[in-house]
Amino acid sequence: MQRIGVFVCHCGSNIAATVDVKKVVEMVSHEPGVVHAEDYQYMCSEVGQAKIIEAIREKHLTGLVVCSCSPRMHETTFRKTAERAGLNPYMVEIANIREHCSWIHKNMEEATEKAVILARAAIAKVNLDAPLFPGESRVTKRALVIGGGIAGIQTALDIADAGYEVDIVEKTPSIGGRMSQLDKTFPTLDCSACILTPKMVEASANEKIHLYTYSEVEKVSGFVGDFTVDIRKKARSVDMSKCTGCGVCQEKCPSRKTPSEFNRGLNTRSAIYTPFAQAIPNVPVIDREACIKFKTGKCGLCQKVCQAGAIDYEQKDEIVTEKYGAIVVATGFDTIKLDKYDEYAYSQSKDVITSLELERIMNAAGPTKGHLERLSDGKHPKNMVFIQCVGSRCSDKRGKSYCSKICCMYTAKHAMLIRDKYPDVNVTVFYIDVRTPGKNFDEFYRRAVEDYGVNYIKGQVGKVMPQPNGQLLVQGVDLLDNKQILMEADMVVLATAIEPNADVRRIATMLTASIDTNNFLTEAHAKLRPVESPTAGVFLSGVCQGPKDIPETVAQAGAAAVKAIGLLAKDKLMTNPCTAKSDELLCNGCSQCANVCPYGAISYETKLINDHGIREDRRVAVVNSALCQGCGACTVTCPSGAMDLQGFANRQILAEVDAICR
Amino acid sequence: MKYSYYPGCTLRTKAKDLDAYARASAKALGFELEEIENWQCCGGVYPLGSDEIATKLSSVRALNEAKEKGQDLVTLCSACHHVIKRVNDDMRNVEDIRTRANNYMQLDEPYAGETNVLHYLEVLRDRVGFDELKKKVVNPLKGRKIGAYYGCLLLRPSTVLAFDDPENPQIIEDFIRAIGAEPVVYPYRNECCGGYISLKEKEMSGRMSCNIVDSAAGAGAEMLITACPLCMYNLNKSGSGKIPVYYFTELLAEALGVKEEALK
Repeated sequence: MQRIGVFVCHCGSNIAATVDVKKVVEMVSHEPGVVHAEDYQYMCSEVGQAKIIEAIREKHLTGLVVCSCSPRMHETTFRKTAERAGLNPYMVEIANIREHCSWIHKNMEEATEKAVILARAAIAKVNLDAPLFPGESRVTKRALVIGGGIAGIQTALDIADAGYEVDIVEKTPSIGGRMSQLDKTFPTLDCSACILTPKMVEASANEKIHLYTYSEVEKVSGFVGDFTVDIRKKARSVDMSKCTGCGVCQEKCPSRKTPSEFNRGLNTRSAIYTPFAQAIPNVPVIDREACIKFKTGKCGLCQKVCQAGAIDYEQKDEIVTEKYGAIVVATGFDTIKLDKYDEYAYSQSKDVITSLELERIMNAAGPTKGHLERLSDGKHPKNMVFIQCVGSRCSDKRGKSYCSKICCMYTAKHAMLIRDKYPDVNVTVFYIDVRTPGKNFDEFYRRAVEDYGVNYIKGQVGKVMPQPNGQLLVQGVDLLDNKQILMEADMVVLATAIEPNADVRRIATMLTASIDTNNFLTEAHAKLRPVESPTAGVFLSGVCQGPKDIPETVAQAGAAAVKAIGLLAKDKLMTNPCTAKSDELLCNGCSQCANVCPYGAISYETKLINDHGIREDRRVAVVNSALCQGCGACTVTCPSGAMDLQGFANRQILAEVDAICR
Repeated sequence: MKYSYYPGCTLRTKAKDLDAYARASAKALGFELEEIENWQCCGGVYPLGSDEIATKLSSVRALNEAKEKGQDLVTLCSACHHVIKRVNDDMRNVEDIRTRANNYMQLDEPYAGETNVLHYLEVLRDRVGFDELKKKVVNPLKGRKIGAYYGCLLLRPSTVLAFDDPENPQIIEDFIRAIGAEPVVYPYRNECCGGYISLKEKEMSGRMSCNIVDSAAGAGAEMLITACPLCMYNLNKSGSGKIPVYYFTELLAEALGVKEEALK
């Protein structure tokens, strides 16, 4: 029989306001095995932990039940407490009476009853607990960064700086990401390319950093410290070792009708292309969907003009398998599709554009060479209207419920830049609120209003109407003046909501990293562990975790790097001892467990078994505990009951059920 | 194909032709509109009062009758369609309304929104198909530039009406193409004509109707078509009168070559 101590936490008023903790203590103290029960305001505090240690020593406890918050929050804390008092840490069970009880119930009597039941179940489990001892696993001293935008580049640079090898996998032909598409950056108005391209060069020149561009992560297996990742290097059709980046192939390519992804479809590109002049690597790829050679077999012009002989139509996708200790996700964002916002006439007029499209128009390397002009007729606009929160802070299903965070600032930037360069253009901004928290941000916005005469109107636009004469009629409301507004505009710019990159679901699934309802990756703790995924060894960098601007992205990228470095700096990691184990006497070698194991941890051996005096060779299952993740799939599949999960044994689970149903 | 048909009061009085052309066209297109017995006025306006049940009952009766026959319920007037479709949605999704309406009605089997409500235009699009309609056109209205006037009742609230994209609808434009004419897209096609406000504030509804007609005429439309008797009334009475307004069924009947016999 165990000697069990039960510790009931008030969690301030989080638990105690809904659960009668004194009554829980009273009720559980009569449970079989319980020799000690007490409550305390904050069990996780130093004083609370000291109480646990004292009780272990004085009452010679062999097992603990802590009735508190979710084990995801403090199981590790209390296991360490037990260890300090000389108890095996796996003799600790958590009864979650906060998330599973006090937070979701209102009635104190019922909540208290439920808390007692949850505690009873945990006590029943501890009664059958046995000490477990973790093994060790090695740490591969190499990190993978998924995504080569500013977030991924910064994370990689910081990890490399600490002396570790790091690979960046980027799905487009060049690193650089969204930031490479921007013209200028707030709040200092420095040119985006001028601050980004040196970092891109640094990343490509750093001998610790290896770039996989035009590549995608195909498969991830393993676990923290020891991930195995398949990377698909898509066929570039250009030999990277031979290409000199002269660009003649792109000039001569006769297929020029593909919308340029980099310029947001505002102009076209050739079938063999680099996305932009400063691309890294400066090696083009052939878009096989657009290439005449690939479509009809005729052409081959690029091969003829390539002095270096780098064009290789026969190139195939290649799968590279690498081992990593840590993985950082930096998959970034895109703007939402506007097909559900036709009141702004985006699909009906070329002169209604998104802010990202305006970035390309304002950029000297963009489709209009940096001249502000209407895309419909090339005319210089006289009146421009900016509409904020298009798809952001939207209460219905067509948009996003969250604030995209960057739009207020970049709209102020656009308005200011236009007024500065073209004082003849009238700029009006319709807004719900102007949100400018950030260093020097509000000052920046006020400059747009006070020094540059940008006309800010509080109110939303209901409709943008293209007129037969090519003008746009903007119907909105001025809430401060309480009147309807009808104004003519030559161009309308939509501050379009941002959303996580479409690939993030696929990547999150491969990593078993959780995502929220908006497809943003979830943090291990929203406040205290903001750059870690709940999945061990997976870290978050940039907008994949939530909307943020460049300074915040760079800061988070650095933080993610530090967390990854902290992991890579360890030589060994403790493994979870809660793994499956097969009873050789019961196993009939049917293979069903191996078929369901997602980690490939089960194999078969033929062993000499002594079954009550009968000695014979039998084929039995063997679990590789380094690979086993303790999911339990094999234990429920095993028809003979041979497979069991240590720490979650079948009889423990049934004892919990019995305790709940008692 | 046989449908239950709810014409509504206006189609018996002011808008007899909207109804007559629709019936003749249905015949030509090979579907049958079976008028439900003892239908009552839908009320004309969807009652927003959440505790109001009596004004929803006529819709429930019509819906239940269609259900008993196992038919979809077809409507034509935009206002009737709006009211019946929304009441049907309430019966499907709002437990309180469903319970109270059924308590009152004492039907053999409680009604829970089983009937499918279709506007005549939806029948043309989703059941007949505009391609099929095009094949049956004997008198294509070539060269006619027509502005589609949707108004608001068919489109909103879009989650319930589920008729078309409320900001950029296509169904009437597709219809215009199917009968051989040329659709003219103009920005005010989904704006409100003022509805019943014309009784109280003539000037306001006049302004709203003028905007619509002027916008269409400015974009090059030679005529407007609508499915709504009230819109028709407002655009004609209070609009600028620059271009005429017709029911879409009139042009449909003309294109199908049944216009003459429809009014016999």
